[in-house]
Parts: sequence; C-alpha cells; structure tokens
Amino acid sequence: MKLIYEQSVAGRPGVKLPAADVPRAADLPAGLLRDEPAGLPEVSELDVVRHYTNLSRRNFSVDTNFYPLGSCTMKYNAKVLENAAGLFSPYHPMTALLPTGERFSQGSLGMLHELGRWLAEITGMDEVTTQPLAGAHGEMTGIMLIAAYHKAKGNRKKYVVVPDSSHGTNPASAAMVGYEIITVPTAPYGDMDLELFRQAMNDEVAAVMMTCPNTLGLFNPHIREIADIAHAHDALMYYDGANLNAILGKVRPGDVGFDVIHVNLHKTFGTPHGGGGPGSGPVGVKTSLVPFLPMPRIVKKDDDSYALETDRPASIGRTANFFGNFGVMVKAFAYMAMLGREGLIQVSEQAVLNANYIMSQLKDYYDLPYDQTCMHECVFSAGKQLRHGVHAIDIAKYLIDRGYHPPTVYFPLIVKDAIMIEPTETESKATMDAFIAVMREAAAAAEKDPEALHTAPVSMPVSRLDETKAAREQNVCHMKW
Amino acid sequence: MAETYFTKEHEWVKIKEGIASVGITEYAAHQLGDVTFVELPQVGKTVKQFQVLCAIESVKAASDIYSPVSGTVTKVNEALEDRPEIVNEAAEDAGWMAWIEMSDPSEVKALMDRAAYDEYLRGLE
Amino acid sequence: MSDSHYCPNTPDEIREMLAAIGVASVEELFAPIPAELRASSFDLPEGMSEFELFQRMQSLAGQNAQGMTNFIGGGYYDHIIPAVVDHLSGRAEFYTAYTPYQPECSQGTLQALFEYQTAICRLTGMEVANASLYDGATALAEAAMMALRVTNRNRLVMDGGVSPFTRQVVRTYLDNLDVEIVEIAPQQGGTDRAALLAALDDQTAAVLVQNPNFFGTLDDLTGLADAAHAKGALLVASVYPISLGLVQSPGAMGADIVVGDGQSLGNPLSFGGPSFGFIATTKKYIRNLPGRIIGETVDKEGRRGFVLTLQAREQHIKRHKATSNICSNQSLCALRGLIFLASIGKQGFAELARLNHDKAEFAKSTLAAINGVTVVNRGATFNEFTLALPKNADEVVAKLLQSHTAAGVPLAAYYPGMENCLVVTVTEKRTKDEILALARELERAL
Repeated sequence: MKLIYEQSVAGRPGVKLPAADVPRAADLPAGLLRDEPAGLPEVSELDVVRHYTNLSRRNFSVDTNFYPLGSCTMKYNAKVLENAAGLFSPYHPMTALLPTGERFSQGSLGMLHELGRWLAEITGMDEVTTQPLAGAHGEMTGIMLIAAYHKAKGNRKKYVVVPDSSHGTNPASAAMVGYEIITVPTAPYGDMDLELFRQAMNDEVAAVMMTCPNTLGLFNPHIREIADIAHAHDALMYYDGANLNAILGKVRPGDVGFDVIHVNLHKTFGTPHGGGGPGSGPVGVKTSLVPFLPMPRIVKKDDDSYALETDRPASIGRTANFFGNFGVMVKAFAYMAMLGREGLIQVSEQAVLNANYIMSQLKDYYDLPYDQTCMHECVFSAGKQLRHGVHAIDIAKYLIDRGYHPPTVYFPLIVKDAIMIEPTETESKATMDAFIAVMREAAAAAEKDPEALHTAPVSMPVSRLDETKAAREQNVCHMKW
Repeated sequence: MAETYFTKEHEWVKIKEGIASVGITEYAAHQLGDVTFVELPQVGKTVKQFQVLCAIESVKAASDIYSPVSGTVTKVNEALEDRPEIVNEAAEDAGWMAWIEMSDPSEVKALMDRAAYDEYLRGLE
Repeated sequence: MSDSHYCPNTPDEIREMLAAIGVASVEELFAPIPAELRASSFDLPEGMSEFELFQRMQSLAGQNAQGMTNFIGGGYYDHIIPAVVDHLSGRAEFYTAYTPYQPECSQGTLQALFEYQTAICRLTGMEVANASLYDGATALAEAAMMALRVTNRNRLVMDGGVSPFTRQVVRTYLDNLDVEIVEIAPQQGGTDRAALLAALDDQTAAVLVQNPNFFGTLDDLTGLADAAHAKGALLVASVYPISLGLVQSPGAMGADIVVGDGQSLGNPLSFGGPSFGFIATTKKYIRNLPGRIIGETVDKEGRRGFVLTLQAREQHIKRHKATSNICSNQSLCALRGLIFLASIGKQGFAELARLNHDKAEFAKSTLAAINGVTVVNRGATFNEFTLALPKNADEVVAKLLQSHTAAGVPLAAYYPGMENCLVVTVTEKRTKDEILALARELERAL
C-alpha cells in the first residue's frame, strides 16, 4: 500500500477548522517563524478513512484472530469499557491541581482511589500509586522506591538479583536506577536455582525481582523461602505482575513475602493493547515503602471527599506528569467492577484450565522441556522440529497462514526455540481445539514438507521481510517530499 | 609469519611484531547471523585481557567482544562502519576489528591455538 | 462456573477439558501452589451487568464538574479532535493487536507507525524518530539519559522554564545515578540566557529547554544550540507539537534531540492520559534512541514492507545494557496523532497553529487591558502567556472555578515570588465570546 504521504495532492484541503472570530495577530519575529509548513499529507477525509481502514485490515488482532501471545495476556477487551472511558474524556488533569480544584474532580480522583484500594486487596499490598504508565515504568518506579528505602535506612546496596528466565525489562529497569545485575540460573525443575540463589545473595543486594508464575508458566513453591533469604539481607522482594492473571484470588504476592509489585492493567484487567500500548503499570507497596511513593498522592478525607497530597518530603518525586494513563485505568476499574470478586477468581481458574488443556493436547507433538502442571501459559520447544530443519519461527509463520497470531517465540531465552502459548480465559474450547489441530498439522508438516514451512507465510500482503536490510539501511522516516 | 590464537568467547588474534590484530571467528559470525553493526573501540583505548573491547550487533542479538590480549588500540577497521557484512563475508580476514599494541606478550599462554580451538568447537556441538 | 461475563466454556466443556488433562477438578491444577501460600483475603465487591456498570460509571463521571471552560494548559491542551480520529483508531484491528513482533500479520500497525515517525520528523525538522514513548515528561528524561550516553558526560543544565512537573520527572529519573543537574531560574517568564551559558562546561552532556516554555514564552534556540555545541554538549528541546505549525522547527534551530507530549495531536484530555511522548534526533544518534523503531525494508518478492528494527538496542535483547527499559509504549495514541495530522493536513495544520496564536493574542491584549493586569512574557508567545495580576492568583482562580471557568494556572506553587502570576492558555476551541466573558469575570474578581 502507498504511504499516506504518497497520496498527497498539493492544495487538497483537510478537515475544516473552527471559525477565526478574532483579528489576525501580527506575525512572529523572523527567527521564530517557521519558514515552510511541515510536510504533512494533503488528502481528503475519505482518503484518510480508506487508507487507515485498509491498513487496519493488514493486522491480526484479538477481535479478528486467536492471539495466544505468551506473556502478553491477549484476552478479549470488553466493548463497554471503551464507553466507560469515553465518559471521562473531557476532564483536564490540571483542574485537580488548581487551588480548590480537587472539588471539581471528585469523580476522577474517587475512581483512582478506589482502583488503588482494589489493587491493594488483590495483590495483598498496603498502598498503590497509579502513576506508572506501563509495566516497565512500574518496575522502574518500584526499584526507585526500593532505592529510596535503602537510602533512608543508610543501607549501601549495589545489586539487583534476577533469574535468567526474567523479562528483559527487569534487568533493564534495575540498571536505569543504577544497580548492577546478578543473574541466577534456572534449575532443572524450572524455577530459579535455590542453592545458587542462596550463594548469590549478599548484604549489597537491594532487591530480588521475580515473576511468579515465572516465564515458563510455573509457580515457584519456594517463593516464601526465597523471600526469607532476601529479607535476611534486607533485600526487598519485587513482584513482576506480568503473570498475575494466573493467580487472581489464589495467591496474593503481599501474603507470600513480596514488598513491591507492579500490575499490568492492559494484561490482567482486560484493557486493549493498542498495537503496542498504552499500558498502565500501577505499583503496590508494603507500609515500609509508603513514604516514598510518588506525588501527588490521592487521599480520602474524613468527609469522604478526595484530596491531593503534594507535600511528601520522602517521596521519590514524580514518574509522570499527572496521574498516570487515566483512560486505561477507567477501563480496568470498569472491568473489575463488572466481574467482581467471583468473576475475577474465575478468570484465573479458566486461564489456567485453558493453558493446561492446550499443553495436554500438544505435548505429544512438541518437546515440553518442563513437563509439569502449568499455570496460565505453557512453554514448548521446537526441538523435535529442529531435527527436520524447522525452527520455532517457521511454525509461527505457518500459523499465520492458517489465521492464527503466533505464540511468543524465542522467549524465554533459556528454552531452545521456545513456543510460549497463553490462551487466556476468554477463549472457548472450540477455538482452542481448532488451534490445537493446526499446531498438530504444523508438527506433521515439519516432518513431511519442511520447505513449505520455510516459505510461509504466503497468504499475507507481504512474505518474510528482510530484517537485515532494515537494520543496515535504517530507513525509518519517509524523506521524499 | 603471524601466530594466530583463539579465545573461548570466539575471538581470534593474529600477532606479528608485538601488534595484535583482533576479530571474531567464523563460528561466531555464523552464530550471530547477519551482522548489522560493529561498535568499534576508540583508537588509544587501553584494554585488559578478556575485558570488553567493543560490541557487535546482528538483527536479533547483541554481543560484547572481549580483547584476547592487553594493550592499546592503535587502529580500527573503519570499513566495518559502512559495511558490517564484511564480518560475515570474511570474519577471520577482512573482518578484523582492531589492532592492539600488546603490553604483555606472555598472555598468549592463556589462549588456544588453531588445533585446540577446533577441538573446543567440537566439544560445543 | 457461570458468573463470569467473558469465560465462555460450559460445564460440559470444562469436564471434557479436565478429563483430557487427567485431573478431577480445576482446583487440582492449582496444586503446585502450597496451601500456606494461598490468598488470605480477596475482599472485592460483587460483579454487575454491563448496564449497571455503565450507570455506575456515568454517576462517577458526573461527580466531576461539568462544562468547564478551559483556559488551562500546563502540558495538556483542549484541542479539537476530528471525528475520523476516534473512528479509525478505534478499528479493532488496530485497537486489539499488540506489539508487531510478527511483521507479516502486523503491516497495518507497522506502516502506520512508520508514517507516524515520518510525521514527527517532518514536524520537528529531525532525521529519525522512534515509535513513541510514554509521555512528554518521560520523553525528556529519556532524552537526558540518551545525551549522557552519547557524550559520556555526567552533568545536565536544565532551564527553569521547563514544566515544573517535567523537571521533577527528570530529577526523579536521575536521582540514583551519578549525574549533576543544574537548574537555571527563569527571569520574567523567559530563560536567563547569561546564567545558562555560564553554567555550561566541558562536563555538560546537554542543555534541556522547553519551547514555548511553561510561561508560554517562545525562544529562538539557535544561539543556545551553537553555545552548547561549542562545549561539546547537546541541545535537547521539548516542544508543544501544535506550535510547530507556526513556529520554526527545533531541528532548524539546531536541536540535537527533540521531545514532546503528543496529547494535543488528537488525544482527549482524559484527566491526563493516555497520550504519547515523541522523540526525534539526527541519524548519527539513532542507535542511542530508546524504545521501538520501525524500519522500511522489502520482502522476498521485493515488495515494500515494514519491521521493528535496531532491536538490539532494546531490553528484550540487551537486557541491562539496553538504551531504555521501555517495552509497551503508547502506539495507539501515536496512531491517533498520525490520523489527526493526516486529516487536518499540511495547510490545515499551519492554519490551526495560526488560529491558536491569533486567539491567544486577542485574549492577551483583552486581558492586559484590565486595570492592574500586565503581561509578564518579554518575548513572543504562542497560545499561552503569563499575566501578573494585582492580587494573589490562587484566590482569583479559585473564585472563577466556582462558575466553571478554569482561568489559568497560578504559579505560586511552582515559582516562589510569582504568587500573583497566572498562565493563560487559549486554544482554537475558545471562542471570542468565551474570551470576553473571561475578561469580564477576571475584572470582577480583581
């Protein structure tokens, strides 16, 4: 398809603007005045509509395709959540920050406060900040809180410990806050090696970052022991909430020794992923970390009204301009309100059931490096298929031709040619059975006709793309005007 | 005649009159896939044996390159800035990355010769 | 097992699945979790229907003040959003997809984000842009960290005209790193250029400025860019994208990294989010950019296509050595920005900026005609300006709020000594009548 810029015709007018009901002002001084208009397209409204409608049709999405992208919790996004968020679109965030302004923003502040309370209950934490804008942003905020805690206690800390199966964001977030990383290998039983962990711990460790269940989809039964070891060194336990969907109502990280947690609202609480974002990554903490939470804090007063607290001397400051990705939080709040206690418990139960069902139906066809009951996702290896020269990527591309968004492949890094499947609770048995049949076909094709898998996909607008050329040429902006 | 040695991290080094020419082995280049970028060291940088010399990227991987010997970087292969693919085409020849003026010639004792490296590679399979 | 709205499996299907797995109950699947680790509480309200939910949300939204006339900005701006923006960005294929890791079935998102990167480059006058960051404040913090990497230095000079919220975000991001941040107090709503230049030294990685600044003042950054470059430092400019329809691009003024908040481009106020942050730079620094980048390439048949590129910079490959920890970005908001720009168009965007400037100038002269009110800005402004009132601005703003006029952002909380000052924002949405009404109300309140 042509780029929108390639459809531009000089002089074609765009959307009509509000009337100029005031006199024209004098020009800006020469050094400030733009010398030529920015090279935006000149297209009609219909051109815009056709172009982006047709572009959208070149995407797979949850609403059009089964999308079992492991670690991303691609569940169905209820439509009423959009309607709910739309109700809040006219409200300016600065209103609440004006003198007496809280009074004029009680609905927004009340929603944020209630959301924080619910998240605290779900995760077993004492207080929550909704400011972080995505999961990784929550991680960074959480590690900053931990750094502030240690600084206040006079602790000299240098390291953050992560298992080798961790999301790349964990070490990256810790490094952004200035920590060095200690990586602990995974044991044959599928969790961080307890003995090696014990050896790695020392008094200079600030935090241990864990995903639980981990990226192999396995729940670590030693989590309390790990927390005890960490706490003995006054290292705090950080819970990466990416996989929270598996344990809603079953386990609360705060109950089992975690001190800080971020929640990915766009994963667990059903808000749309938007082609890469926006997410939202509220952070929950135990009481010892509350003084360090970012500002402003939303507090409920004795008269049940909500107010902002901006005078918090120990606070780490701000991690974003205002209150976080508010519109995303409205959707998550609405999701929780609608499902309620029982509905949320059912989410984790059905998510775990679906994942185990897929695992049971595919384990004769694909290597299962850690063969045990999984939680919300299962991780296979294309090891069997590798013997025929077929890689995880080839299986993925075959699935595209059959109308399925591929699972996450090549992650976690500790599994050779990993295929990580997360069906989520919103998929029916019928959908999964059809997917299972296609996965089995892919396994058969790998033996009989590996070449067919190497050339897939053939049904998309483009076939496999030359990523080397893209990286070497770095053409990231259409410069032809 | 230059002497050639190898590291466990798959760097090669050719030493002639105290100057060490350094690159990555064909095995390493193959493992990385299409090289898209070589972050060359600065001329004048001093390096210690087995510490990071520079870095290399392919489409899906990023790796540090460790210096096989200690010394001072005297020259870098600027051709790689525009054509990183030379590393794939001729890893152990035109794909060299830096020259290092060695500070301790005895360090080669910690390296492998061709036969030992070949044996090491067989062990990885 | 029938309460949940979105769990489709029937009791029969669940029984079949349990039998296939070889367990007797769903609870058995949670057996790997030891009993002593189970949740001690899960005290949440009962669920409700979609209908009841919507009523509850309406009631909640209704607890906000309705029909506020906004003369406030402070980083978030009340602009028009053409109807096509909601409709097209709301296409489920964009809305419910995720990161385009599989390019063949994600060309929609990938091409759109390539077009977005192009729009950002063309607006800012830069060569390369990424596929979005979280917001304008975190984008400035990322740009600061990028400048520290590029220059291998550890000192930043930040102008006090940068939004106080954004400055706090930058300080928070860098608090645990060995970085010195020198802040230059503004003078009469503008940069204290002499103090800023004096603060530059050979350890300075970058000068961070905002244009127009928090007071609304515009600055020709050319001389500042030259001075920074002479010391080997970068110039990082945070800009308000709508202003770029009228104001010289930061690229043309010599900026090395340009960032900003994209809310004003087609994203609703929505109580402060989501919007998107943008970041653009020159080609030589592309490998130091944080976040995702889309690149053009070809497929096996030579057809044009788009992919995530230079991923070796990112956290999923480089982990602790990545240029940033960012993973999820604000793609959908960036898409809204792109559709906004495409539907407004080249001439329309210039006119839109002009309209903002015209209305703000009208408001400025109207309000400055009130007895005792003066304009603080010494230089030109775009669509925000700062007034000095004859009395405490906090009181005036609180008074006007009662009639649902958000008259401006008073500066007492952010700039000591400016207790009587008020930053007023006028977008294209404000009519002449609303401006005149503001003048009347303000006059009454003084």
